[in-house]
Amino acid sequence: MKIDNKTLEGMAHLSRLNLDQKDVEELKKDMSEILDWVEKLDEVDTEGVAPLTTMSHEINAVREDKTKPHLSHEKALKNAPKKDSDYFRVPKVLD
Amino acid sequence: MKHYTSLAEIHRDMDAGKINCVDLVKGYLNNIAQNKDLNAYVEVYEAEALDKAVVVDEKIKNNTAGKLAGMVVGLKDVLCHDAHGLQCGSKILNGFESQFNGTAVERLLAEDAIVIGRQNCDEFAMGSSNENSSFGPVQNAADPTRVPGGSSGGSAVGVQANTCLVSLGTDTGGSVRQPASFCGVLGLKPTYSRISRHGLAAYASSFDTIGIFSKSVEDNALMLEVIAGADVYDSTVSKKPVPTYTTQIDPHKKYKIAYIKEALDSDGLQPEVKDTMTDLIERLKNDGHEVEEVGFPMLRYALETYYILTFAEASSNLSRYDGVRFGHRSEKSVDLESMYKASRSEGFGKEVQKRIMLGTFVLSASYYDAYYTRAQKVRRLIRDELKALLSNHDFLVLPTAPTTAFKIGALTKNPLEMYLADLFTVPASVAGTPAISVPYGKDKGGMPIGVQAIANDFEESKLLSFSKYLMN
Repeated sequence: MKIDNKTLEGMAHLSRLNLDQKDVEELKKDMSEILDWVEKLDEVDTEGVAPLTTMSHEINAVREDKTKPHLSHEKALKNAPKKDSDYFRVPKVLD
Repeated sequence: MKHYTSLAEIHRDMDAGKINCVDLVKGYLNNIAQNKDLNAYVEVYEAEALDKAVVVDEKIKNNTAGKLAGMVVGLKDVLCHDAHGLQCGSKILNGFESQFNGTAVERLLAEDAIVIGRQNCDEFAMGSSNENSSFGPVQNAADPTRVPGGSSGGSAVGVQANTCLVSLGTDTGGSVRQPASFCGVLGLKPTYSRISRHGLAAYASSFDTIGIFSKSVEDNALMLEVIAGADVYDSTVSKKPVPTYTTQIDPHKKYKIAYIKEALDSDGLQPEVKDTMTDLIERLKNDGHEVEEVGFPMLRYALETYYILTFAEASSNLSRYDGVRFGHRSEKSVDLESMYKASRSEGFGKEVQKRIMLGTFVLSASYYDAYYTRAQKVRRLIRDELKALLSNHDFLVLPTAPTTAFKIGALTKNPLEMYLADLFTVPASVAGTPAISVPYGKDKGGMPIGVQAIANDFEESKLLSFSKYLMN
């Protein structure tokens, strides 16, 4: 799979990353090489194989439906880059 | 201070009045200071560890001390430790402080372990050489021009350089076993879900496993016994009872052991590593074990499967670093989207950004089935094949890594070659089975070689017994 500029820009946007123009060529090369390499899995016959979607050995994990305190308000806000007394603050979303 | 290799040895000296916890912590702090250039620690809790040592000494005197009294521990910088820094080796978490203890950390502290510091690692545990850390590379104590392996490089070197008795790392595709091999220490990756992941900063959740570095089998067993088991904060953790691993170590059992000839003939296997495996197989036969060459054809797809799935899981897990609730927020934000993008681009290193984009690609609508679903199917085939093999054999033995520790900078320009360092560790990660790396000799340059044993799910006791035999 060859990664072109358009695909790379698309992936960067979906990943919420800005591309640095000086990295573009190297990224395209590395990502194309890595995808070519992982395409080796195309050799494997996976007809009728169910995808393995969980590695846990537990079937169900149930508990009483009771709320318990976990993180206090104060602790949850402790690492916020910007906050007021009750909320995380972000740049204005709507004008 | 004496170079201690087990907690039992420390306890003997404590009982004889030769040392107490305060002396012990001072000794390790001194070793940390002397090995500062190795860059194994990102933070050392000097005053706090000394204070705790006073408390534990008092408890020992009063016979109220926990199982881990005298155990001085290092923690990989991905494990939450209440009111202590946590950065996952990343700029995006500059200044972050955990608001709670992860379950494993909580259990260590409850048994009176002393945490001496937080250890350097590859950013978000993504790397095989510990060169991808915002705190700079870690050096191997056996040769400072060489890497310690990764991603738990600081934790391996911490034990190797005698700066703590044991450390907790994490193993997603080999991140405990491969550095253990490079640094000549014991490194256990338990069965997936044996230890709660609560308070472990997620990289690839269906692979992430807390692992243990130690010098002795007994210390590894004791640590596992303390931290493993059911936990209300992790719904995926196994509720199976935790055996008393420490009482089950038996180096005299005879086993049925499998090895894979094609793995020993693979390109890029360092001749001394191959010789070590050949010698090991001879020794096992001579000691009366049943040793059999087996085929494991799916092995050749393990690495590709591992990378597709971990890219995908990483892209999803790392979406939480958006500059809103914690971590770095860019000054350049004008609206929400530019805040996300600028914060993430300034905060994440290049390898992490690349893996997030690759993960986004394999999960994107047009490619999801071709890459992600296919890899999940192949994962099942790999696990089925490995488990079939392990239903007929006690262990599969393999090298831990194809080579010994390479030079710092040697592979940074070639990402694919770097990924190959995980060749022999990823099968157990893809299958979720437990595996251990045992130090087993050195190459001509004096760099440690590790051999790996893989066992069936929840057979940690067997792995520890076998390791004890190998280390004798």
